Amino acid sequence: MIEVTSHQAAYQRKLVHQANQIGKFFAHQPQPEAVANIADHLRKFWDPRMRTQILFHLENGGEGLDELPRHAIEKIASETTQD
Amino acid sequence: MALIQEVDYGTPEAHSAVTVTLTIDGQSVTVAEGTSVLRAATAAGIQIPRLCATDMLASFGSCRLCLVEIEGRAGTPASCTTPAANGMVVHTQTERLIRLRRAVMELYISDHPLDCLTCAANGNCELQTMAGAVGLREVRYGTEGANHLRLPKDTSNPYFQFDPAKCILCSRCVRACQEVQGTFALTIAGRGFGSVVSPGMEEPFLASECVSCGACVQACPTATLIEYSVLALGQPEHSVVTTCAYCGVGCAFKAEMRGQQVVRMVPYKDGKANHGHSCVKGRFAWGYATHPDRVLKPLMRATTADPWKEVSWDEAIARAASEFRRIQAQYGKGAIGGITSSRCTNEEAYLVQKLVRAVFGNNNTDTCARVCHSPTGYALSSTFGTSAGTQDFDSIEQCDVILLVGANPTDAHPVFGSRMKKRIREGAQLIVIDPRRIDLVRSPHVQAAVHLALRPGTNAAVLDAIAHVIVTEELVDEAFVRERCEIDSFARWAAFAAEERNAPEAVEAITGVPADLIRYAARLYATGGNAAIYYGLGVTEHSQGSTAVMALANLAMATGNIGRPGVGVNPLRGQNNVQGSCDMGSFPHEFPGYRHISRTDVREMFEKDWGVALDPEPGLRIPNMIDCALEGSFKGIYIQGEDIAQSDPDGQHIAAGLSAMECVVIQDLFLNETSRYAHIFLPGSTFLEKDGTFTNAERRIQRVRRVMTPRGGYQDWEVTQLLAQAMGYPMRYPHPAEIMDEIARLTPAFTGVSYAKLDSLGSIQWPCNEANPEGTRVMHVPGFVRGKGRFFVTEYIPTDERTGPRFPLLLTTGRILSQYNVGTQTRRTSNVQWHAEDRLEIHPHDAEQRGVREGAWVRLESRSGATTLRAHITERVAAGVVYTTFHHPETMANVVTTDYTDWATDCPEYKVTAVQVSPAAGSAGTLNAGRILEKHIRSQQP
Ligand code: SF4
Ligand code: SF4
Ligand code: SF4
Ligand code: FES
Repeated sequence: MIEVTSHQAAYQRKLVHQANQIGKFFAHQPQPEAVANIADHLRKFWDPRMRTQILFHLENGGEGLDELPRHAIEKIASETTQD
Repeated sequence: MALIQEVDYGTPEAHSAVTVTLTIDGQSVTVAEGTSVLRAATAAGIQIPRLCATDMLASFGSCRLCLVEIEGRAGTPASCTTPAANGMVVHTQTERLIRLRRAVMELYISDHPLDCLTCAANGNCELQTMAGAVGLREVRYGTEGANHLRLPKDTSNPYFQFDPAKCILCSRCVRACQEVQGTFALTIAGRGFGSVVSPGMEEPFLASECVSCGACVQACPTATLIEYSVLALGQPEHSVVTTCAYCGVGCAFKAEMRGQQVVRMVPYKDGKANHGHSCVKGRFAWGYATHPDRVLKPLMRATTADPWKEVSWDEAIARAASEFRRIQAQYGKGAIGGITSSRCTNEEAYLVQKLVRAVFGNNNTDTCARVCHSPTGYALSSTFGTSAGTQDFDSIEQCDVILLVGANPTDAHPVFGSRMKKRIREGAQLIVIDPRRIDLVRSPHVQAAVHLALRPGTNAAVLDAIAHVIVTEELVDEAFVRERCEIDSFARWAAFAAEERNAPEAVEAITGVPADLIRYAARLYATGGNAAIYYGLGVTEHSQGSTAVMALANLAMATGNIGRPGVGVNPLRGQNNVQGSCDMGSFPHEFPGYRHISRTDVREMFEKDWGVALDPEPGLRIPNMIDCALEGSFKGIYIQGEDIAQSDPDGQHIAAGLSAMECVVIQDLFLNETSRYAHIFLPGSTFLEKDGTFTNAERRIQRVRRVMTPRGGYQDWEVTQLLAQAMGYPMRYPHPAEIMDEIARLTPAFTGVSYAKLDSLGSIQWPCNEANPEGTRVMHVPGFVRGKGRFFVTEYIPTDERTGPRFPLLLTTGRILSQYNVGTQTRRTSNVQWHAEDRLEIHPHDAEQRGVREGAWVRLESRSGATTLRAHITERVAAGVVYTTFHHPETMANVVTTDYTDWATDCPEYKVTAVQVSPAAGSAGTLNAGRILEKHIRSQQP
């Protein structure tokens, strides 16, 4: 578990909401394509510390994250470790 | 410098390819067919006396001063109403004409006060000039008989007076109000000798329908309608052409001056965006520039609990620089950022983002466009390949069907609103999609063909239903799609649109719009001829803002309504330089010219030019900056010309975020809501005090020219430059022209732009490059900028902001004509006479249920906060919907907006908030969450 402050927790909830919103836009696409597009969107438009926060959140169980954004964030995580 | 004298050709330009040749006073003249003899003569340098004719208006033929003789024709026809014809031989000056004109003039003057020497129009009065031109030497009729000399003045309008004693009944004002402005506020009341110009039902100007656009004042050839500023200061002695700093229409004005004092702002006929028209804001509401509230010396304080202290520029800049460097050393490079302003020039926005990227060393730059049109950028670049409107304003003249979505141009973009009305009067059909019955749905001589009064937040559902009709009724322009668009993306979209769940009947319960109206609108848009989309913040400021803009782009591509004049997809931009500030790389993820910062080729080009290494990762957007401030990783900000505490949503959250920062630097004209949280305040400069350029909603780059010395000592771009230097970066431009040269060097769409070219062409619509050396009127001809147009599936996803038992009504927000955004400027002018407070519009049914009476105070509450304001009961809003503007901080309408945002761009969902309304005792008990929170924060401080 990674310790989070209450501000971080609130922030992470907001990011989860946004990631889910992004997920919904791409939801009609076949899963691999949707996951790639969501990951691409997060990489292109989210500051690295936003991505770090959501990665933390995922490591802590990823509560509230829908399936597609969850996969997209996992994809980002795996690519980050590869780098 | 001299006074710019524009030629008045007497009648409007004729647009025919066929020409005719005639002889006027022995000179051969060739003009377009349809040109009047008066205009043909003026073009040849021959001045025919005239009074009722002016080239902004159709000819009228009432004064009989412009008489000419034409060989082979009997009598003396009026040259303003006589079209030039091949072989015509015209004489403008004969014994007979001289006699007739003097007689006409004598009649006019016999009922006109002879106080020329003390008249405010002395030296600039067409009546006076014409009396001279016709050689009037005596007036045989005395002024003792019946006359109009003692009629009372109407001084109700705060900017101009009406002195009927000086009126010659030429009717130019009445026609200007009809033809140019389209308001129909003036008539000639009475008959014969009793005729007088009258606003409305013989009421004072201020009480009438008049919107104070000034068109009548400009058209008046005498001192009857005249600006108070001219009465007070006298006639101007020089003028400079510049651009209005209020809205995205970008009207060109002549700033008419005496020394450094503005006498008046007169719309410039050569302005390609406004063609000589204006609205009350640009024309009259410039007094804020010299308002005593302006802060003219830098201010500083150690904590926000301390009082402000005036300091020198050196001290303020040095402190800002050292604080920013200290914060970066302590919390990391990414702990500071900057916000560019859509009110400032392109050059200024460019410098702020350069400061952030090159000097701060991160990409934490954002702009107030985040809160209005960021979805436009995202969606239009995804679909078409460029983040801008596709047409010029003139394109509307070739348009047959106007699809107006979530915009209220007669209030927010008035000069374009007038053009739209004119086109509708000429026969174009109008489809309005808006929760509220805006003026264009029905106003004098204008009526929408159909109004889809949808529930706030259901744009995507309505647009998908329109798509459904277009696809299933086979109204798609297949040839266009095949040739110009990505076929796979089209097939996917068409299959989606055709699904039964998108049928108008299926979404009726969601949108509240009767299915047959959607079907009618869809057919009209697809088959009514040239169809053009115009949209505003009612589309973008939603959690599905980007989706809805994509849905509009889909419709245009599917019906082939893009890539030629008269069609297209056109965002109506809010602030004067929203387009420009976005073009200039204000967003955290892209360089100027909309190129992603991760692109190595682009980054290397900037690195080479700027001499520093640049960060390839996107930075923080405004809401993220606030979140990170609370979370602890963002500590300092430089805000140029932006009041985020007032204009951004969820005021409490912003207030808390700003309070958590260690160095907030504001550069602005006035202390504002945001400066409550600031440590350093740097005086800003108005558009009258600076050189630069603005880019309007049609991508038109226009010059802003300095007419007075910056009152605080520096133009805004100079201040950014000082800050960069103090932080150790050599930013030294002698003039904004050099900044533009750098922009041109680094941005493909601007390659051909320079101040020299702007001076010679007047304005340039980007892209301006080798392929389009004079700029581009209409985009995506012959192909889309991205190659093939791309369709996107635009599934309707309801916002998470839902009504329920506690908050059963939907609040939506907007703006009105006389005020501008948060009102920082307009509230400091006489424009307050039209809009003294924000009011809550509520449907009679909802009002009755709650015991709310007209004009009574009500409490407006959402899950984010509450405020009180007065109610206005009206059927303009549907039952279940309430509406207010956000021009006055007292209302803090934003307290009741939430932090939901557009999925793609974080643009706040201003247009939908679940609220409850209940009667309140009065404004005294206002629960002003922003202020209370601030008090709380202050009480926590040492
Ligand atoms: S100011 Fe404009 S709206 Fe008012 S009467 Fe004159 S032309 Fe009409
Ligand atoms: S007010 Fe001016 S423009 Fe109007 S009729 Fe009188 S003189 Fe002509
Ligand atoms: S506010 Fe807009 S419409 Fe009005 S004068 Fe300025 S640019 Fe023109
Ligand atoms: S100018 Fe032609 S009739 Fe008045």
